[in-house]
Amino acid sequence: MKLVWSWLSEHVDLTGVTPEHVAERLTVAGLEVDKVERIGDWWDRERLVVGNVLRVLSHPDAERLVLADVDWGAGAPHRVVTGAPNLLAFRDAGDFDKPMKVVFAREGVELYDGHAEGWVKVKLKGRPVRGVMSDAMVCSEKEIGLSEDHDGILILDDDAPVGAPIADVLGDAVLTLELTANYAHASNVVGIAREVAALLDRPFTPPEWRLDDADAVVDASLPAAATWCRVVIDDDEACPRYSARIVTGVDATRPSPAWLQRRLRLSGMRPINAVVDATNYAMLLWGEPLHAFDYDRLKARAVAASGVGASTGDATAASAGAGVVPTITVRRSTPGERMTTLDGIDRALDAGTILITDDAGPIAIAGVMGGAETEVTDATRTILLEAATFHFPSIRRASRDLKLPSESSWRFSRDVPPALIDPGSAVGSRLLAEHAGGRVAPGIVDVHPRPRPAVEVVMPLSEIDRLLGAEIPVADIEAILARLGFTAVVDGDTLAAVVPPHRVDIELPADIVEEIVRVWGLDRLPSVPLADALPAQRENRTQWLEEATRDACVGAGLQEIVSYRMTSVVHEGETVVAGIAGIADDVGAGGDVVDVGDVGGVGHEVGAGGLPAEARYVGIANAISPERSVMRQSMLTGLLDAAAANLRFTDRVALFEVGSTYHWPAGTSPSPSTLPDEPRHVALLLAGPQRADDWRGGEARPMDFYDAKGAVEAVLGALGIDTLHFAPGRHASLHPGRTAVVSAVDADGTPRALGYVGELHPQVRRRWDLPERSIAVADLDLEAIDALAGAIRPIAAFSPYPPVERDLAVLVDEAIPAADVEAAVRAAGGKLLVGVRLFDVYRGPQVGEGRKSLALRLRFQSMDKTLEGASVDRVREQIVRALGKAVGGEVRG
Amino acid sequence: MGSEPIATIARIEMLRREAEVALDAAKGDAALTAWKGEWLGKGGRITSLLRSVGALDAADRPAFGAAVNAASRTLEAAYEAAASSRQADAMASALAAEAIDVTLPGTPPPRGRLHPSTIILRRMLDIFAEMGFQVFLSREVELDDVNFTLLNHPPHHPARDMQDTFYIAGTNEQVLLRTHTSPGQIRAMGAYAPDPIRIVLPGMVYRNEKITPRSEIQFTQVEGLAVGPHITMANLRGTIDGFVHRYYGPNRRTRFRTSYFPFTEPSAEVDVSCGLCDGAGCRLCKDAGWLEILGCGMVHPNVLANGGYDPAVVSGFAFGLGPMRAQMMAHGIDDIRHYWGNDVRFLEQFG
Repeated sequence: MKLVWSWLSEHVDLTGVTPEHVAERLTVAGLEVDKVERIGDWWDRERLVVGNVLRVLSHPDAERLVLADVDWGAGAPHRVVTGAPNLLAFRDAGDFDKPMKVVFAREGVELYDGHAEGWVKVKLKGRPVRGVMSDAMVCSEKEIGLSEDHDGILILDDDAPVGAPIADVLGDAVLTLELTANYAHASNVVGIAREVAALLDRPFTPPEWRLDDADAVVDASLPAAATWCRVVIDDDEACPRYSARIVTGVDATRPSPAWLQRRLRLSGMRPINAVVDATNYAMLLWGEPLHAFDYDRLKARAVAASGVGASTGDATAASAGAGVVPTITVRRSTPGERMTTLDGIDRALDAGTILITDDAGPIAIAGVMGGAETEVTDATRTILLEAATFHFPSIRRASRDLKLPSESSWRFSRDVPPALIDPGSAVGSRLLAEHAGGRVAPGIVDVHPRPRPAVEVVMPLSEIDRLLGAEIPVADIEAILARLGFTAVVDGDTLAAVVPPHRVDIELPADIVEEIVRVWGLDRLPSVPLADALPAQRENRTQWLEEATRDACVGAGLQEIVSYRMTSVVHEGETVVAGIAGIADDVGAGGDVVDVGDVGGVGHEVGAGGLPAEARYVGIANAISPERSVMRQSMLTGLLDAAAANLRFTDRVALFEVGSTYHWPAGTSPSPSTLPDEPRHVALLLAGPQRADDWRGGEARPMDFYDAKGAVEAVLGALGIDTLHFAPGRHASLHPGRTAVVSAVDADGTPRALGYVGELHPQVRRRWDLPERSIAVADLDLEAIDALAGAIRPIAAFSPYPPVERDLAVLVDEAIPAADVEAAVRAAGGKLLVGVRLFDVYRGPQVGEGRKSLALRLRFQSMDKTLEGASVDRVREQIVRALGKAVGGEVRG
Repeated sequence: MGSEPIATIARIEMLRREAEVALDAAKGDAALTAWKGEWLGKGGRITSLLRSVGALDAADRPAFGAAVNAASRTLEAAYEAAASSRQADAMASALAAEAIDVTLPGTPPPRGRLHPSTIILRRMLDIFAEMGFQVFLSREVELDDVNFTLLNHPPHHPARDMQDTFYIAGTNEQVLLRTHTSPGQIRAMGAYAPDPIRIVLPGMVYRNEKITPRSEIQFTQVEGLAVGPHITMANLRGTIDGFVHRYYGPNRRTRFRTSYFPFTEPSAEVDVSCGLCDGAGCRLCKDAGWLEILGCGMVHPNVLANGGYDPAVVSGFAFGLGPMRAQMMAHGIDDIRHYWGNDVRFLEQFG
């Protein structure tokens, strides 16, 4: 909303206050002023003045130039050379018989160059133009910076005082307000003037608006409005009040007077003609949007619809049609209904759209846009002027659905109080009469089936202090409410406030409290720390686990990323390799699929597990693009996208992300009352050398499965889960030979799958255009981790006596997992064996085809003495024997 | 006979001097060892003097013996001094040989970092935690009812224009991605009523907007909620001021402006005095002197009632702020798209 300062000043005394001060007060009181523009603050008061063109003469030596004699209040008129098209027409037509007021600029003044591209300031210098001295000029709008218009000179109102500084005539300020949705009452000059008056504690002068039948613009000889048309309201919720006035004899080709055009322009609206401008001006002043219909078109449609004349001659049709009265009906649209709006577009309407209709069908989408057939044209002579109020949520919906925002729909969407119909309709009709040459028919057709009852808020005075924590004197409360137009009565401890009809946002005591405090001064509220008892504290495991997981990942040397939660089915599908053994091809995207058959001891699936993932996607109905059309089901795509982006300029990434995936629960489908699951995950990705390059040389080995496994162990270990089990597994995105299911045993001894770790399948790697080397990833389900994490365990004792170490090289078949060898060692080692560490794996000719040698370092320690070599060797022998039996291991050396 | 011991004592003195000269000349470990053998070892030239004691008068023997022992002790001490000086020299030259260029780059340990959006959230949550506000986490895919209607945004209310919403397919616009953390207020009240509440609601929210340097489809918010029998707008101001003084600095001032949020009444927006110009107006604050930091207000009576509290008896306040915006301002981040771009050259500059 743009507010013109000079317009505002007609309704509240602004003497001695600056636009900036008013802007500040409005902003703090809830009407945010975005900017204050000064119009003409740079104009030269001496050299830029009102001139009056007395006559226009031919230029002796130029066909396209003329000489204008301009009286600028300094004795003799000044002769100006100009090419302005709007003066050319008066060449040698003698002295004007009425004023022709213009902007007269004298030598030395700074102006914008009217011919330059953009805005270039130049100083006016005298020079002869084709032999005639030119040291002054008459200005276009562009030359004084009002608009880009340089097609002719600016013509001022006839009463502009000759010789007065232009700054006093056209100088102004414009405040741009960002109005919140509740301040419908401030969407107009009157409403803001009332606010400013309340804030400055100055009198508010509402504009005179009443229009009775004795008024000069009303032609008592015309039939009353009610004989011209009928109004029927079919749905009084859709339209609580509808009024129509008739203005006849208008000339829609006339322009509005300069002052009115100027106000419209400064308010951000384009002047069109005296008819359109009248409706817009009334709307800007009062906040009541008006619509003008071409009455003769309505009449013709009514006649046609009545069937009269269809079978008879023209003459009889005309006389028969004379008795037909158009009926305006306000109703909601029926399914499938269409209409052509005045922009020429044939529109399909949602059922329930509020329509203005006549006998032949829809003539306007209420509050949004008129119809093409009944719009005002240059030929229009008689106008039916609509002023109404509609169900504002419906208007908002229609304007959004049809993508037709306008000054009018913006106001109707925020609720226009029915009380504004009276001034809006009166002011609009008067302007039509005064500027478009019309005569107003007596009376008004005013259908008001659903009057809004006055709202009265009754509340204890103490409510103000209870909510604010500040005591405001009763006298201030009464004064503030009175200034805002409330009728407020304080009786003992009770405040009763009747809400003025122009306010649609006040219902409750809290609303009254806001009204009082915003005018009293929100900034005067004291700053007081909370004094209430601290609420009982609650355990917050969800939050703890997320943050502890992040800390654990950071401790493991990983960089956190955060991805878009929105992705596409296609993009996530790119993580899936069809035909990985053990996985059905129709699994689709979403990844988390483990071939449970291969997972020893893991009794359930991980994550989304094996269901057709397509159906489980949480889709976005109004996505910004196909790439962001569903919520993710997989953590992988985000990590892969980040890895691919970064590996273009670095050779190493170690990333993690903690966040949710989104799935419709198995067996459900989207519905208005179903909510999807949002299980949280932690996932990580490692690629590139294990450590950064170093000037000391020695190439770091590339990260692979075991680095990811180590990271998983470190993260889960930090969360207190250290008895992990890794079993070979299958995952739709991963290398089938390098994938493990991660599980841990809970307090009941039940193994629980936590997620997977593995190397990316080469096909997936290629789809992301990643380097041809191992990319290791892991994805763990935080909800599963939650069941195990953070258990408090008693500490284990440790010995003060020195340990004894023995190395063991165990030769086994390739197929024997290292974990089985270690388990056999531990089982046979008894309580003296306190540590087993695998420090080398060897394959080669010395151990033979299909075999490997695992080198283990065993650590023995007693809790109560220094161990003798002999007793250690006896245990070692037990271990060697057990290895032979358990895993067919053969010990060398 | 009387002259002989004297002559012999003189000889001890002469030998001692000779030994000292030799010690001075002995350079290196081997020479020192050889010197020690020659002079002080078994059968060394000083030690062996004692063997000749038998040839002396009994009366002279004690003096002679004492003289030999004294010379021996003096030479021992001289030897110890020479040997330790020699060790110190050797250590010094060995250390000198091991000197390194301390300006060569250090070897970085593998270092993990938090995402900047996590860092700023934690920093803010820590401040609120010390004021007694516990974290309450709430879901992201929400019912329209919880995100809007129960928060006093009726269907088709113009207040909904403030937030462009992503709706979930197949739900007839009844399920959506939360547009703010405020639905957490409804969830929290459901979990706490009728007990008092003092919580913060952090997390990701979603808006259907164009992705530009200034706007994103997802971003984080932190919302605060206090509900109890005596909570006032002055308490809201006290809480906000407490946060501002800790997060922005003790000298920053706040300005409360009336505003509109459907779920609070009265509502306010809070500006903090510009840290660069202290209110005078500058480039950072676009000449306003103030930076808008959050929206807040007293919980609307309808919302309290929807949450299971009696608004006539219980009051509350709520506030919501954008941690990323504060961080962008502090670090001069001019493009919000850096956050989810996950370029490590951006991420590694934090934490």
